[in-house]
Amino acid sequence: MTPDRATAPDTVAGAVRHGRLAVVATLVRLTGDFDLAEDCRQDAVERALIKWPIHGVPDKPEAWLSVARNRVLDVLRRRRTELERLSDLQAAIRPADDQSCAIEDDRLKLLFACCHQALPVAGRVALTLKTVTGLSTREVARAFLVSETTMSQRLLRTKTKIRNAGIALRVPPADQLADRIDGVLAVIYLLFTEGYSATEGPPLREALTRDAIGLALLVVDLLPAHDEARALLTLMLLQDSRRRARVGRDGELMPIDEQDRALWDRDQISAGLRTLVGIPPDQPSGPYRLQAAVAALHATAARAESTDWGRIVRAYDALLAIQDSPVIALNRLIALSFRDGPDRALELLPTLQEDVAACPLSHAVRADLLRRAGHVAEAIPAYRIAVEQARTDSERRFLARRLNEIPQAA
Amino acid sequence: MKYAMFIVIDPETTEADDAAAPSIDGWFDYMIDKGAYLQGIRLQPKSDATTVRVRDGKVLITDGPFTESAEWIAGVAVIECKDLDEAIEQALKHNMAYQGRLEIRPIHSMGGPDDRPKATE
Repeated sequence: MTPDRATAPDTVAGAVRHGRLAVVATLVRLTGDFDLAEDCRQDAVERALIKWPIHGVPDKPEAWLSVARNRVLDVLRRRRTELERLSDLQAAIRPADDQSCAIEDDRLKLLFACCHQALPVAGRVALTLKTVTGLSTREVARAFLVSETTMSQRLLRTKTKIRNAGIALRVPPADQLADRIDGVLAVIYLLFTEGYSATEGPPLREALTRDAIGLALLVVDLLPAHDEARALLTLMLLQDSRRRARVGRDGELMPIDEQDRALWDRDQISAGLRTLVGIPPDQPSGPYRLQAAVAALHATAARAESTDWGRIVRAYDALLAIQDSPVIALNRLIALSFRDGPDRALELLPTLQEDVAACPLSHAVRADLLRRAGHVAEAIPAYRIAVEQARTDSERRFLARRLNEIPQAA
Repeated sequence: MKYAMFIVIDPETTEADDAAAPSIDGWFDYMIDKGAYLQGIRLQPKSDATTVRVRDGKVLITDGPFTESAEWIAGVAVIECKDLDEAIEQALKHNMAYQGRLEIRPIHSMGGPDDRPKATE
C-alpha cells in the first residue's frame, strides 16, 4: 500500500479491471438499477484515479465498493422521488456487506439474472456482455453488428423486464441450479461463437472470445463442482487455441486437417486439457463435455493423419443422442468420412433427416465429399451452390479456392 | 410481487403430457397453504366470447375471442410470489403447465372500483 507514483496508473488500471464485475454486481443488487450501478462505478473509478496514486491502491474490491456505494447514496439522495428507496438502501448497507464472500456471490447472482430464460436470447447475451465488460452501448452494438439504436432498445427491453417481471438477483436453489446454469453456459457460449465466427470486422468482435473465456473462468471458480462449466471452459480454450491457424493468407477459412498445427497455442491447449482433469470419466457426459472431448482429440493429434476419428465419431453419436441438430449430424458425417472414407459418407448423406439437407453447410459438406471421392463432375456444381450459400466471406473464399483447385473447373 | 397467471388451453398437448400432469387439487392445497393464492377466475369457453371495438367511430361487435389462434384463455389466477423464479416454480406445479400453457405476467396495479386510473393516466 505504499504510494508509488511511477507505477500507480498501471496498478490502478489493473485494480479497476479486476474488481469491475464484483463492484457492479453488488451495486446492481443494492439499487436494482443497471445504469445507476455502472454510473456510480465509473464515478468511483474517477475518484480512485485521483486518490490512489497518492494514498496507494487498496488490494481488495471491498474498498472500492465503499467509494462506489457512497456515490450510489449521493445520487439517490438527490433523487427526491426515491426517498423511500434510500431508507431501504441505508438499511441494506451494513458493514456485514463488506465480507468478500458476499461479493463473490453477487457476481454469480448478476449472471443468473442477466442469463434468465425469461429474457429474450439476444438481450441476455448483450446485457451480459455490457454488464461484465462495461463496454459502451455503441461498442456492444458494433460487437454484434447492429445499430446503436437497435442495441440500446434491446438492452432497455431486457433491463426493463428484469425489473418489471421480478427477475431476482440470486443464485437459484440447488434443485433448479442444474437447469439454470445451463442457461448461463449457453449465453457464455453464444458470446464466444459470436466472437469466434468473426474472422473479419471490428477487433471488438474477436475480443468477445476473451470475454467469454473470462466469464467461464469465473463460473468455474464460483461453482467448481459443476462439470459442464469446466467442460465449456475447456471447449472454448481449445477452439480458441486454433485462432491463428484457422484463417489462411487470403482470409479464407482453413479446415482443421489443413491447418498449420505449429500455429496452435500450445499453452492454451494445456490449460484447456488441465481444466478437464478430475471430471469422472464414467458418468454420463453433458453436451459441452462431449464437444470438449472432440476438441481435445483434435488438439492432441500431432498431425491431421493421426487424428482418432473413431473416437470422434463416437463422441458425436453420444452428442446426437442428447442434441439432435443438423450441424452435429453433418460434423459426425465428416468425422465418419475420415474414418470410413468419403464414399461411405456419401452413401449415408441422403439417409440423414430432411433438416440436414436444408442446412446451408450441407452443400459444402457434400461438395467436399464428392471431391475427395474423386467424383469431379458432380463436385463442381455442388461447390458452386455451396459458394452461393456461404454465410461469411472467409467461408466463401475457402470454397472458391477448393473449386479452383479442381482442374476442370478452372 | 403479484402476478396474473393466465391458464391457456392448448390443443397440441399429448396423452403422455396429460398423464404426467399433477392434480389441480394438489396445486390449490399448496398455494392456499402458502398464502400465495389470491384470486381466481374461470371462464366459459371461447365459443361464448364476444369481441368489441370501435374503429373510425364505428362499433364492431364480433363473435369469438380477440385472436384467431388455436390456444385460448380459460382462466386467470392471481398469485403472490417473491420473484419470477418462485412464480415459475408455482406454475410448474399446475396441471395446465402439462395440459395447456401458463403465461405469467406481473400485475401493474390491482384495485377495486374505487381505485380507477386517474384521467391523466
